[in-house]
Amino acid sequence: MNFDLSEEQEAIAATVRHILAKEIDGARRLDALSSTNDHDVLLWKSLVGCGVAGIVAPESRGGSGLGLLEAALVAQEIGGAAAPVPYWGHTLACLAIAAGGTDEQRARWLPGLATGELLGTVALAERGGHWLPSEWELVTGDALHGSKVFVPNVAAADLFVVGLAGGSLAVVEAGPRLQTTPVAGSDRTRNGGEVKFAGVLAEVLPAADAEAVVDAGLVLLAADAFGGAEACLERSVEYSLTREQYGVPIGSFQAVKHQLADVAVELEQSRALWWYAAHAWDALPHARLRAAMLAKMHLADLYVRASRTAVEVHGGLGFTWDFDLHVWVRRAVYDQAFLCDSRRLRQLLAADAGWCDPRDEGVPVRFESINRSEVQEWK
Amino acid sequence: MDLKLTADHERYRQEVVGFLDEHWNGLNQCDRADPDQLRAFRDAATAAGLLYRSVPRRFGGSEQPADIVKLYVIHEEFARSRAPREVPGNGVNNLVPTLLERGEEWQRERFIPHTLTGKYLWCQGYSEPGAGSDLASLTTTARLDGDEWVINGQKIWTSFAAESSHMYVLVRTEPAQPRHLGLSYLLLEMSRPGIEVRPLRQMTGEMQFNEVFFDDVRTPADWVVGERGHGWSVSRSTLKHERNSLGSSARSEALFGSLVELARVVELHGRPAIEDSVVRDRLAALDARVSAQRWSGYLQLTRAAADRLPGRIGLTNKLMSTFIAHEIAAVAQIILGDHGLFAFEDGQRGPERWFGQIFGSLGFSIAGGTSNIQRNIVAERGLGLPRMGVAS
Repeated sequence: MNFDLSEEQEAIAATVRHILAKEIDGARRLDALSSTNDHDVLLWKSLVGCGVAGIVAPESRGGSGLGLLEAALVAQEIGGAAAPVPYWGHTLACLAIAAGGTDEQRARWLPGLATGELLGTVALAERGGHWLPSEWELVTGDALHGSKVFVPNVAAADLFVVGLAGGSLAVVEAGPRLQTTPVAGSDRTRNGGEVKFAGVLAEVLPAADAEAVVDAGLVLLAADAFGGAEACLERSVEYSLTREQYGVPIGSFQAVKHQLADVAVELEQSRALWWYAAHAWDALPHARLRAAMLAKMHLADLYVRASRTAVEVHGGLGFTWDFDLHVWVRRAVYDQAFLCDSRRLRQLLAADAGWCDPRDEGVPVRFESINRSEVQEWK
Repeated sequence: MDLKLTADHERYRQEVVGFLDEHWNGLNQCDRADPDQLRAFRDAATAAGLLYRSVPRRFGGSEQPADIVKLYVIHEEFARSRAPREVPGNGVNNLVPTLLERGEEWQRERFIPHTLTGKYLWCQGYSEPGAGSDLASLTTTARLDGDEWVINGQKIWTSFAAESSHMYVLVRTEPAQPRHLGLSYLLLEMSRPGIEVRPLRQMTGEMQFNEVFFDDVRTPADWVVGERGHGWSVSRSTLKHERNSLGSSARSEALFGSLVELARVVELHGRPAIEDSVVRDRLAALDARVSAQRWSGYLQLTRAAADRLPGRIGLTNKLMSTFIAHEIAAVAQIILGDHGLFAFEDGQRGPERWFGQIFGSLGFSIAGGTSNIQRNIVAERGLGLPRMGVAS
């Protein structure tokens, strides 16, 4: 039994952390909030340079062939640095194509995605908060018509993995019949927007599992939230050791200590939750769905709390625009709302656990909850 | 990452299951409650290396090489069969490890074997009316008179003092020394003249803890553990065993399971409480915390098995268990609704029995180091924030 990171896994996190620490500072983070660029192109280039773009793409297609746990460790570091890079959508697009594409499709798209020459993203949500495969209504015949919302990095992506009714996935390349409209969001380090398909060619990924892609997305968000919350705590500790009031560091006041200790307890005790969710995605299919939802719900809520506590501990400085702490508050709001907010995930979890009367209207389901009895058997 | 046990440990699990099948699973309810049967079972389990693994054989233990994963397997399988493990209480959990670390050989021989069998039951004489979290300010004294210590003063919130045969007690023996350096760790018999135990009723209505008064109580001069004046550090070696225990979600999981069951059987507005959207929401949130605690336990087990330090997480286990117990109490209260207006007593079987947990969970944040003291420990030792003005 071994439930800890390997040296290689720790090294991946350390490498990404090192690059980010070297390249990004408060000013650059704040730049993202007023920039008209989709993302920080130079920063993304640096990450691409150490293999981040192809982390989940197979080695035979120029990637690293690593699992979701490794990918989530990268997400943790990006969250910690609040880095304005298009990692989430790109990584999910790679996963979807690697797992669901034909050999020909994989050969066509993965090498470009793995080297970062192509930027991928996923178009999942539909208007009305319809994040889940069971709620998607977009259908494709000869050509794809309709729209998707909350699409990450919509202005820069070359390739879109699009969720379709019935839970299938298709790839659409950027082109004249694909109209993208960036929407000003609360978290400008992760821009996105709407995409309209006006009769574009959509290539279905025949073996795609949209539920698995959603779960991977939840795990990456959970890891981002953990990294962000950890950074908020670290910054708060550092500040409370140096900021003096009444002639002593504010970190010597019990009120401050207890605020930070409460965050530290929740944080320390939730790292294993997203590790498990990532491990389940990689190796324990029967546990994947529930673990992913638990992790994203719990970590995003914790992130909101940790980032708000951090602002409070930083006092007036924390509330100042030119001090970059509010970037983490924004990212926490994003993590909590994106790909099903926490309240919604708790509804889904309750339905999955059989705590609801299934005839209740408005109780959402995920495709796999319905077949849970079958799923249970291959435990 | 790999959550499966090695083949060796899986084989070991089969051995443990085999032992339980042979010695426990066949017993009926009546046998299981019989003290002689219990003793025979524990003897057999010790002989098989399943209990008292870190205690040398010459003191009645089974002296097994440290293997935290085997220990985990034993705990799991004993829990599954509802088989009793080591004799519960302060003696086995605190005094025995303290004697093994700091006691003299004759003290170990004299006290450990009877403690392991449950013949000696120990209470812990730490807290005083004026010394709770600030334990080092305690004022109960002992002075040496010939070959005996003479103890005067008072202890309070002493659990199970009325049922105990012995006490390990922290007393001030060097009044001229500064706070922490003036204490000694003594052992004494509760039957000694001059001891008066007055039971205190807890807010749950139970009578588990007590006041203990000392009026010229005598105990032999050599019943001191460690040197005189070193009692503080001796007592810390005990607390360390309490706090350093690996995080375990066993209790949280059992409680959470009962809570879900409660939500299924109690009705709110004519439908099972579990279908109420507020109850569901809170249960799902709790599920995440309990799951997080479970995998945190795996993480700490992995590190302990590899002889690696647990890191900051080791300081947070007690607080997390407390947070969960409090949230379970809060959700239970929502589920109980109007049932909360009825009186409840020990032994009640209806939903009202949950008031034992609702009230009892408050004890979690006090016993064994209050939650606020735990927060100080996390902040100071875990986060490196400045220590309080007073040494802690």
